Amino acid sequence: MATVLQIAIILLLLGNFAMLTANRLEPRIRLVSFQGALLAALLLLVPQQGANLMHNLLLAGAIVLIKVIGFPLLLHRTLHKVGLASHSAVRGSGHKYAVISGMCCLIFALWLETRLPFAQEIYPPLFFPAALATLFSGLIMVVGRMRALGQVLGYLVAENGIFLLSMPLMMESSTWFELSLLLDVFVAVFVMGIAINYISETFESIDVGRFCSLRD
Amino acid sequence: MELFLVALALLVLTASFLAAASLVPQVPSIRLCVHIAGPAGIILACALGMAGLFHGSWGAVVPWQAPWGLPLGGGALALDGLSRCFLLPVFGLGAVCAFSGAASLFHHDIGHNIAAHWFFYTLLVLALALVLTARDSVFFLISWELMSLSPFFLIEFDDHEASVREASWVYLVAAHLGAVVLLGFFALAWHMGGSSSALFAGLSLSPAMGSALFVLALVGFGAKAGLAPMHIWLPEAHPAAPSHVSALLSGAMINAGLYGIFRTYTLLDIQGGTPAWWGWCLLLLGLGSALTGIIKASGQSNLKRLLAYSSVENMGIMLMGLGTGLIGMQTGHMGIATLGFAACLIHMINHAAFKGLLFLCAGEILHAVQTVRLDLLGGLQQRMPLLGAAFAVGAAAIICLPPLNGFAGEFVLALGLATGVTLPQMEIQLGLLAALTGLALVSGLAAATFAKAYGIAFLGEPRTRLAANPHLPTAYNLVPLAFPAAACLGLGLAAPQLFALVAQALPLPQEVLAPHTAPLRASLHTVVLVGLAGMGIVALLVLWRRHLLRGAYSQKNSTWGCGFQKGTARIQYTDASFTDPQTEVFSRLMGVQVQSSMDKGYFPAHASYSIEAPDRLRLRLYAPLFDAVRRLCDACKIIQSGRIHLYILYMLATLVALLLWGFAA
Repeated sequence: MATVLQIAIILLLLGNFAMLTANRLEPRIRLVSFQGALLAALLLLVPQQGANLMHNLLLAGAIVLIKVIGFPLLLHRTLHKVGLASHSAVRGSGHKYAVISGMCCLIFALWLETRLPFAQEIYPPLFFPAALATLFSGLIMVVGRMRALGQVLGYLVAENGIFLLSMPLMMESSTWFELSLLLDVFVAVFVMGIAINYISETFESIDVGRFCSLRD
Repeated sequence: MELFLVALALLVLTASFLAAASLVPQVPSIRLCVHIAGPAGIILACALGMAGLFHGSWGAVVPWQAPWGLPLGGGALALDGLSRCFLLPVFGLGAVCAFSGAASLFHHDIGHNIAAHWFFYTLLVLALALVLTARDSVFFLISWELMSLSPFFLIEFDDHEASVREASWVYLVAAHLGAVVLLGFFALAWHMGGSSSALFAGLSLSPAMGSALFVLALVGFGAKAGLAPMHIWLPEAHPAAPSHVSALLSGAMINAGLYGIFRTYTLLDIQGGTPAWWGWCLLLLGLGSALTGIIKASGQSNLKRLLAYSSVENMGIMLMGLGTGLIGMQTGHMGIATLGFAACLIHMINHAAFKGLLFLCAGEILHAVQTVRLDLLGGLQQRMPLLGAAFAVGAAAIICLPPLNGFAGEFVLALGLATGVTLPQMEIQLGLLAALTGLALVSGLAAATFAKAYGIAFLGEPRTRLAANPHLPTAYNLVPLAFPAAACLGLGLAAPQLFALVAQALPLPQEVLAPHTAPLRASLHTVVLVGLAGMGIVALLVLWRRHLLRGAYSQKNSTWGCGFQKGTARIQYTDASFTDPQTEVFSRLMGVQVQSSMDKGYFPAHASYSIEAPDRLRLRLYAPLFDAVRRLCDACKIIQSGRIHLYILYMLATLVALLLWGFAA
């Protein structure tokens, strides 16, 4: 069981780096969907105090439904609608910095685990740094990507990181809380999908750099 | 106290009604209702408040605790002699200016939310009354803030003019810079005393801490009082505001600054006695303000700006009084202390009367001729004799002609400074005598300045067509002027009684005061009699002249006609030429800018001469300072790039930094 958990964590970390290096949006959407599946798996693998298996199964099902199937469909649809499916992102030095930042964040997370005695008690080995690194990777994607859709993906990854951090702390009652959060995220992505449509109509691009013209 | 509280309650009621009325559409019926009910409520409240001030002993402290729902401080009020003294102008001018404002705004309020105007006016009077009676730091600061904010909306009455908008902003910035210092003052006092009301119970402090509080109070309250070099908002705000507001601001609101300094002095108990430099600092600052104010005033060609600078001068004289009082206390000479403190309070009350009158007159001139620029006026005395007489009374009062009221304060102050020669220490003698010389110079310059103001505006021939055919003020407009004019005469004639009243409010034991009050009352009485005799002689001379000229051939010609067949208004003195002799002496201090041009040859066809005195402190000190602050703030905008992912980067960086800070230790 522990080995499987370790493999899942390592896959999660590799997925993060793959997302940071990926140029095009479509593989990144697939990677986010893969990360969703890992999340569901981890939920069932991580030992929790006082958790209800039924509830966990329900939550894992919801995660698969929303993060593995729902979001990719929604995002693919938006991608095609704004006509970016065939575009590839501009190749530049940006991703190099993103990967370096991701590594720094991983090192920082590993260091932070040594400074937090309670992290070692609550989380399985490597789990805390992986979750924190996921959160940071998401934020790096939000900061580093110019396209609004790329930022939505970053936002989702950051949210996954937060979900992972809270996972071992889940009590019986918190399942409903997590479910409602999941619904929130779903609505957020849905709204962002619509907003991106409007942005692309208004600015003839979904490059958020153009938002500069909106500042006071 | 009960009457005073009823007055406050009535003000709150009036303000609530006006606030409600300002929110509904301004249909004619509502406007009429506001025009009548607003000023009527204010006048009634002020009358009640005035009655409350004279109810009870001036020597006693009457406290009152308001129910207070806020977590900090308490709604503590108290009426004592000092508060009553400073409340006199608030209620007196509050009522007169409301009356005058009601008369002038009745037909000229198109496009204004008149209910909002009266709302802020009521709020100002209410806040002033609260500031002058508050006995708790938090309550004081809240009242102070209300008092500082409401004039902003009053000054901005004619906000379609860019200059008015700028003036109100200058006011707001100055008021809040002062308020920032006051926050520091009250925070420090709270820290030292342990509670928000400890300051008002009196603080016993070390000289260093006491001096720190004193300096903070001097800067914070001094900005409100318009003491130089913090006076720059006065000459901007007063000309921009409607005249009844200028009168209230100049006659009552800036006194709150003086009150703050006076009150602070009475509350601080310094171990080992008040430091000697406090008194000298106040005396010097007062003399500096008085000189700056009057020298700048003499260079102005805008009547309201001239009056505003004159307020700086008069605040300086009041502060000189306070400084003299402190020096008297410090040297142990109670006679000088009595005279100094009394001079401060007497001049404050008198200033409110004559400055209120002059500003209201300026308002009527503005209404009649559409301008208060002296170079466009002239000959108004013939056309508006009653207005001219009122202005003449105000001008005669301000230049200290007895028996009008202006003389009393300056006479008492001069007496106090002159008593300095009885002190044993040579340096104090010299210092006080130097201040006396300065006071004499200020009075002389004030005489020249107001001779110019009255002479150029009211005498001679009209310089423009509008001045020749002014829109004559109605009786409704003139009646409000009668009250401050009567006050100028009444307070002058009753100067000994005013002194006796004010003496009860002084921060000195009555048994110490007693030996000094009787001789002073006698000398004031003599001066009043001399003044009355002077007036009688002038009246007799006028009657004698009439008698001699009766039946004789006499011909009336235009003033400054100089024997020309067809005189022209351009022959007469202008305000610039009137000021020219002073300009020769004080041009460097005045910061005057002279522009003259003349065609060459024996018969120059074109010649012009103009004098301007822009505020150098504002141009050379404050403008560059604020410009630098603006540039610094602009430079800080670089972090506000408008790029969303950069903002998220800030969040990420903050998160990492906080984690590092939290766990690295």
